[in-house]
Amino acid sequence: MSYCKQEGKDRIIFVTKEDHEAPSNAELIADDPNDPYEDQGLILPSGEINWNCPCLGGMASGPCGTQFKEAFSCFHHSSEEVKGSECVDNFRAMQECMQKYPELYPQEDENQGAASGGSDAPTEDSAPTPTSDLTPTPESAPSSDNTPPTDIQAHS
Amino acid sequence: MWTCKTTWKKLAPLARTCSTLCRQNARRTVLNSDRRLPMVTQAHMSSGTPGSGGDNNLYYLLVGATCIAGGFYAYRTIKGDQERYNERMNEIASRANKVAEQAETYLPEEPRGDEAVETPEETSPEVTAEEPEGPPVELEAEIEEAPVADLALEEVVEMPCAPTQSEPSPVAESPPAETAEPQTTTVTESAADPATDEPTNVPPPAPVEFPSHAPYLLIGGGTASFAAARSIRARDPGARVLIITDEPDLPYMRPPLSKELWFSDDPGVVDTLRFKQWNGKERSIYFQPPSFYVSPQDLEKVENGGVAVLTGKKVVHMDVRGNKVTLSDNTEISYDKCLIATGGVPRNLQVIERAGEEVTKRTTLFRKVEDFKALNKVSRDTKSITIIGGGFLGSELACALGRRSADSDLEVIQMFPEKGNMGKVLPEYLSNWTTAKVRSEGVRVITEALVKGVSFKDGKVEIKLKDGRVVKTDHIVAAVGLEPSVELAKSAGLEVDSDFGGYRVNAELQARSNIWVAGDAACFYDIRLGRRRVEHHDHAVVSGRLAGENMTGANKPYWHQSMFWSDLGPDVGYEAIGIVDSSLPTVGVFAKATAKDTPKAATEKSGTGIRSESETEGTASSTATSSTPAPPPEPQQKDDYGKGVIFYLRDKVVVGIVLWNVFNRMPIARKIIKDGEEHADLNEVAKLFNIHED
Repeated sequence: MSYCKQEGKDRIIFVTKEDHEAPSNAELIADDPNDPYEDQGLILPSGEINWNCPCLGGMASGPCGTQFKEAFSCFHHSSEEVKGSECVDNFRAMQECMQKYPELYPQEDENQGAASGGSDAPTEDSAPTPTSDLTPTPESAPSSDNTPPTDIQAHS
Repeated sequence: MWTCKTTWKKLAPLARTCSTLCRQNARRTVLNSDRRLPMVTQAHMSSGTPGSGGDNNLYYLLVGATCIAGGFYAYRTIKGDQERYNERMNEIASRANKVAEQAETYLPEEPRGDEAVETPEETSPEVTAEEPEGPPVELEAEIEEAPVADLALEEVVEMPCAPTQSEPSPVAESPPAETAEPQTTTVTESAADPATDEPTNVPPPAPVEFPSHAPYLLIGGGTASFAAARSIRARDPGARVLIITDEPDLPYMRPPLSKELWFSDDPGVVDTLRFKQWNGKERSIYFQPPSFYVSPQDLEKVENGGVAVLTGKKVVHMDVRGNKVTLSDNTEISYDKCLIATGGVPRNLQVIERAGEEVTKRTTLFRKVEDFKALNKVSRDTKSITIIGGGFLGSELACALGRRSADSDLEVIQMFPEKGNMGKVLPEYLSNWTTAKVRSEGVRVITEALVKGVSFKDGKVEIKLKDGRVVKTDHIVAAVGLEPSVELAKSAGLEVDSDFGGYRVNAELQARSNIWVAGDAACFYDIRLGRRRVEHHDHAVVSGRLAGENMTGANKPYWHQSMFWSDLGPDVGYEAIGIVDSSLPTVGVFAKATAKDTPKAATEKSGTGIRSESETEGTASSTATSSTPAPPPEPQQKDDYGKGVIFYLRDKVVVGIVLWNVFNRMPIARKIIKDGEEHADLNEVAKLFNIHED
C-alpha cells in the first residue's frame, strides 16, 4: 500500500495505517533520570522543589514569590497526618500578598490553589506564563503535588 | 547584501592604496605650500630618475598629473569639511546645558581649527593603514576629529562620539551614520585633558530615577530577557533584576504580532493587544501586566527583590573590567552579572534604502508592536501591499493580510527569490504545496523574483524585478531577515561570530565571566548540533531560562532542544525542531490528512490556547490522549501532503524534524534528535509518531 519516491535528494514515503501498525523497531537510547543536563520536573532528584519548573508558572518568581515558596516548601516537607496543617500561617501570608495584586492573581483562582500546577490556572490569568514556559516538562512532572494545596486553601 | 560586503572587502586594499597615494601626495603638497593648498607644481623628483630624457618627461607628466589630481581632491575635501566642521561646532555650541564647558574645551581647539583640518591628514594615513576598509566617507569623518592621542579612557562613550572622538580606530570602524550624531562633550573634555580629569568632567548623571547598581542586569527587554528574569527570581530568592530596554513597552511576545493579532475580531485590538486564542481564551501579548514589575527606583529597597524594567533607554557602552554599563543619557549602572539579550533589527534591502524618502516612508520593517500598529493601519488605508521575503515572517504576514483582503479590496502580493514559500526551510515538494496554500489565502505570490530597483512614480511604488517584470503597489513590507544587534561588542571586547552573526558564546551561553548572551543575538555552541544561532521564540525562552539558571550558578549547557512552529492559515501548520534547512537531504513520511488534523483542531482537542502551550504545565495530554483511531486512509493516488513527518539528515544522522500537521508529538522528536543516532530505516522511526492517529 505504501509507496516511495525520490525527488532529487528528498525521499518521500506514503504510508497507510496498516503499514504503521507493527511496532517500531527503531532503537532509542534509554534516558538517565539523573542526567544533570536535562530539565527536571517539579521535584529534583535530591528531593528539593524545582522552583524553575515551568509547571509552576510564575508563582515562584512574582511579587509573592517568597511567600509562595515558603508555603509550598512547608507543605512539601510536612509529615503531619493532615499534610500541611502546620503551614496555615504561611498560606495565609501568601493569600494576603496575592490579594494585593488582583491583576496577577485573579481572586476567583484562589480556590483553585495557589500552586498554578494545574494546567488551567495559568491560562486563566491574564498574565500567564505558558508562552514563556514553552519547554515541556517530562511526563513524569506530577500535577498531583499541586492539587493538595487546594484542600488546604479550602480549609483555611 | 553579503556580496556587496565581500566585494567591498576585496576592493578595500585597492581603495586603501589609492587613498594612501592621494593622501601622501596631498600631504607633501600641504607641507610644501605652508598651510593653504595652491595648485601643485612638479617639484618632487629633484634627484632625477634613471632612464632616458623621454622617459623622464613622461614620468614627470604622470607624477605631476597625479599630484594635481590628489591636491585638488584634498583641497576640495578639506574645504567641504571645514564647513561641516564649523556647522558641527555651532550645533554643539548651541546646546544649552553644555555651553560653558564647551567654551573651555573648544578654545584650545579653535586656534588649531585651521591646523586641525590639516593635521588629521597626518593621522589619517596611519588610520587608513590600520583600517582595511577606507571608504572616503570615513576619511572625512576622521578629518573632523581632534587628533588627541589618549586612547585609554574608560569613561569615553565611544560609539556615539564619532566627530570629536579621540580614538580614530573605533570611529573608522563605526558606520558613517555615527558621524551624523553630534554627541556630548564629555569626550572632548576627556580628550583635551587626557587621563586625569575624566570623572570630574563627566556631567552629573540625571537625577536618580534608577538604581546605580543592579545585581542582575539584563540588557534588552524581549522574550529571552524575561525568561531569564523569571529563572533568576525562581532560583535566587529575593533577587533584584533590572531589565533595560530601548523599546517603550514592557516585555511581550512577538509571534502573535504576525499571527493571532491579525485574526482578532476586536476592532480595538491595536490598543489592547489582546487576542482570542482558538479555544476562546484571551490573553495579552505582554508576559505580565505592569503590576508584576517593581519600579526601578524601588528595586534596591523592596524587601523581597523583584524585576524592574527601564524602558526607552539604550545601553551604549559596556565596561567589562569595571562591571558597568553606560546608557545613552550618560548614566552608569554597575552590575554583578549581566545578560545581553539585545535581539536584532530587521534587515532592509539596499535598493529600498537607496530609493529615496518617498519609498522608505512607504516601507515597513516588521518587528515591534509599533510596526504592527502601523501596518494594521496601512492595511486599511491602502489598496495594495507587497511583501518582499518568503520566509516565516513574510509568509505569515502574507497569509494574515490575505485573509483580510477577503473582506476588502486590498491586494496582497508576496515576492521572493526562492521557488516557493519557505523555500529555505521545507523541501521543494512541500514548499510548492505551501505556496499553493498561500495563494489560496488570496495572496498573489511571485516566485523567483529578484528585486533590482524600487522607485516612486505617479503615486505608486514601482518594484522592478531582474527579469523585467514590474510590480506597482502602495506599500512594501520587507521581511528579509534579521541583523543581530552587536553594538556592544566593541566596547565590551566581546567576540562576534563571522559565520552566523551575533555574539559568540560557549555551550553555557557565557561570553565572559559575568556576561551571558541569550536569544536572537547569541551564537552558541549546541553540543548536539554544533555552533548555531537561532531566531525563534521558543529558543529565546529556552536560552533565556538557561542563561538565568547559569547566572545563578547552574553551569548547565544548552541541551534541551528548542522547537518552532508556523501556521499558514487554518489548514496548514507545522512544528519543527533542530536544523531544518532545505539544502539537507530529507526523508518524508506522509499519511493523508483528515479534517481532524489542522492546527485549529489540535488546540480544541488539547484544550489549551496557544498550540505551544500544550507542551507545558504538565498537561498530560501530550501522548496520553485517547482518541478514536482515524479510519484507514485510502491508498494515495495523488500526492497529498496532508500530514506527516519529515526528517532532515546530516551525515545520516537526523538533525532536524518537521511535524507536518501532526501535533503534540514534540517530545518524541526531541528525543530522536537528542540521541543523534544513525537509523537505518526512517520509516521505523516515523512509526514512533503514530501519524495516523490524532
